[in-house]
Amino acid sequence: MSEEIKKFLYLNRRAPYGTIYAWEALEVVLIGAAFDQDVSLAFFDDGVYQIVKGQDTAGIGMKNFSPTYSALGDYEVTKLYVEKESLEERGLTVDDLMPLKWEDEDEDWAEKDSIRLVSREELARIIDEQDVVFSF
Amino acid sequence: MSELHIVNKSPFEKSSFDSCMSHVLEGSAVLLFEDGIYAATSGTAAAEKVKSAPGVKFYVLGPDLKARGLSEERVTDGVEIVDYARFVDLAEEHDKVVSWV
Repeated sequence: MSEEIKKFLYLNRRAPYGTIYAWEALEVVLIGAAFDQDVSLAFFDDGVYQIVKGQDTAGIGMKNFSPTYSALGDYEVTKLYVEKESLEERGLTVDDLMPLKWEDEDEDWAEKDSIRLVSREELARIIDEQDVVFSF
Repeated sequence: MSELHIVNKSPFEKSSFDSCMSHVLEGSAVLLFEDGIYAATSGTAAAEKVKSAPGVKFYVLGPDLKARGLSEERVTDGVEIVDYARFVDLAEEHDKVVSWV
């Protein structure tokens, strides 16, 4: 196929476990990753809670899907935009998030951070630059 | 009569917690569970509401905190962490349960 590469952005605005949105978004991202597009994810509003580190669901009888976010880099999903204002409103900092990384094959597999902290205004522009936006 | 108010929605996404706080009376209790636990975490607007409600007892369900990666240190002062068994006891101890869905 010689089709042009499009920019896909997935918006994650819901907390994990209370609803199925976060898990469904991950499923769709992983399926979409097979199509060689320019994929990025945005975590804002309650979506920032999806990537909080130390999740342990043994006590609520649900699958802990948080380790899956660490696998996104292997699917060439390396741009995870996290909105600063959303973290601040929730009393969180980037240190409360999982250290999500990807390996850059062009630089001898150097480990790089997938998380990119952006302001609300920057996120608005990132959304504006996309060809396709999926909302969860 | 004493009520046990239970909130399972995020205070950032729904008005459930705010509305509960506007209707809770002294001598009653509020139990936060599922996505409602975020209202029990410090550094949020919800934490201020918890602190400014004297005479109201607050509880948060431990397993839901743990599932979401939020440590006990993050819980607002004065909020008691409970397990499922204590949740059942609280429901029994109060005259009725009011759910804020």
